[in-house]
Amino acid sequence: MTVHSTITTAPLLSVRGLTKRYGARIGCADVSFDLYPGEVLGIVGESGSGKSTLLSCLAGHLPPDAGEVVFATTDGPRDTLTMSEPERRRLSRTDWAFVHQNPRDGLRMGVTAGGNVGERLMAVGARNYGAIRDCALDWLGRVEIAAERIDDRPRAFSGGMQQRLQIARNLVTGPRLVFMDEPTGGLDVSVQARLLDLLRGLVRDLGLSVIIVTHDLAVVRLLADRLMVMKDGRVVEQGLTDQVLDDPQHAYTQLLVSSVLQV
Amino acid sequence: MNDYNFAYLDEQTKRMIRRAILKAVAVPGYQVPFASREMPMPYGWGTGGVQVTAACLVPEDRLKVIDQGADDTTNAVSIRKFFQRTAGVATTEATAEATVIQTRHRIPEQPLTEDQILVYQVPIPEPLRFLEPRETETRKMHALEEYGLMHVKLYEDIARHGQIATSYAYPVKVEGRYVMDPSPIPKFDNPKLSDCPALQLFGAGREQRIYALPPWTQVVSLDFEDHPFVASKADHDCDLCGAAESYLDEVIVDDQGGRMFVCSDTDYCRSRREDGHTGRLGTPAAAQVEAAE
Repeated sequence: MTVHSTITTAPLLSVRGLTKRYGARIGCADVSFDLYPGEVLGIVGESGSGKSTLLSCLAGHLPPDAGEVVFATTDGPRDTLTMSEPERRRLSRTDWAFVHQNPRDGLRMGVTAGGNVGERLMAVGARNYGAIRDCALDWLGRVEIAAERIDDRPRAFSGGMQQRLQIARNLVTGPRLVFMDEPTGGLDVSVQARLLDLLRGLVRDLGLSVIIVTHDLAVVRLLADRLMVMKDGRVVEQGLTDQVLDDPQHAYTQLLVSSVLQV
Repeated sequence: MNDYNFAYLDEQTKRMIRRAILKAVAVPGYQVPFASREMPMPYGWGTGGVQVTAACLVPEDRLKVIDQGADDTTNAVSIRKFFQRTAGVATTEATAEATVIQTRHRIPEQPLTEDQILVYQVPIPEPLRFLEPRETETRKMHALEEYGLMHVKLYEDIARHGQIATSYAYPVKVEGRYVMDPSPIPKFDNPKLSDCPALQLFGAGREQRIYALPPWTQVVSLDFEDHPFVASKADHDCDLCGAAESYLDEVIVDDQGGRMFVCSDTDYCRSRREDGHTGRLGTPAAAQVEAAE
């Protein structure tokens, strides 16, 4: 039996009491969790349950009203909400990545595939065209996009390819934490399956920590180690994915699990 | 004399523009917003440059106006006449004699001096505009020095054309800080921006922005390590004056594809011919005078 190291690893992301209100309405309320390195956390819930609001607050796209989001930066843990904006933006193009549901939001549609992948490299100071191009080619290969498509614009790509390109563009700088908002939404099932396969491979190979928001329980069962169920802006249940899905405790989770169509 | 205030604009407007210019000089390359006025010419014809010139002019000035290097094209002639009428200042076509030079899309070939002001007409002051359409976002990018996107544009050029195909309005970095659009001057002129003894002012009327390069400012054209910046020009000599080092215009002369290359800087070409230089198709200046008589 392998004995796990007794050294307790510090969480990569530690969230405490995160609250966001839209006027009198609640976006998300009092959300707390820890995310450890290499862990994939799924957040599920129906539309309007606050899961996208939560993700935007975590990624710094929306300012929350209360709470703290402590990220283990290379210089030690820092609350990203009190960081200066230049620091936070630097973080979001180096250590963080954000995969949008709609590739159009995450890609520059007028820029070639190579330029899209290279943008983050150039943003952190790469100034050698040959090296940038080699890196872009390498990443297109890893997400199964043919090398000869490097000078095509994403407009000419299928939905699944656009999504894979968006993933390559985000992972090129070797982020440690990836936010994903419904990465398989809007794709047909066979394309979804291949994308999930790819994501699983990348997450395992690169040891990524991922927070993935989705309403598709099949996606979280495949990808996520841990699961958080949200309803009306609050976390109603959290635990290991299999545990939550196989033995749901909260009435809403039971409803959610039983609502999945069995084919 | 005439019913206009000196140099057309009222004194309060000129003060407002001078304040913007002072701020622009203090922060080289930074785009300072200003309350651009309606001018008696359409946007795109140099309304920004004209307002900056009007704010700089004093009665002792000698004004030169060039359009694509030429003193005798519509835009240059009409702006020169405009200031002759509204300011009554002396004008000249000789670069060396001018104290204020308003230019559209060129820097004169003759090196400028510390006693001169060069005023550029700028159509689109934001170098990031075609990459990022949101003004709020581009301002943030300037503030936070996030200029990776500018290199994406150059990357795209190389990917598509094998080289950096941007040949005018080539983006530059000023004193290691702000990325700036040098107005649509050919990239041949970019090296002249740097360490220039003259004060360089940029005015964009429609976009309501003024920016500046104080004398002796360091200006670097952006590039890649393996695709360095090259200040290119047509690979010819001037057909009139024989100059090998000046920026050339290509002129189609007949229907059979005949063409000639001439200096775009008309003053430079004329003065060279007066000094006795002659190109492939040119006649010596003396012969021209005789023919005219």
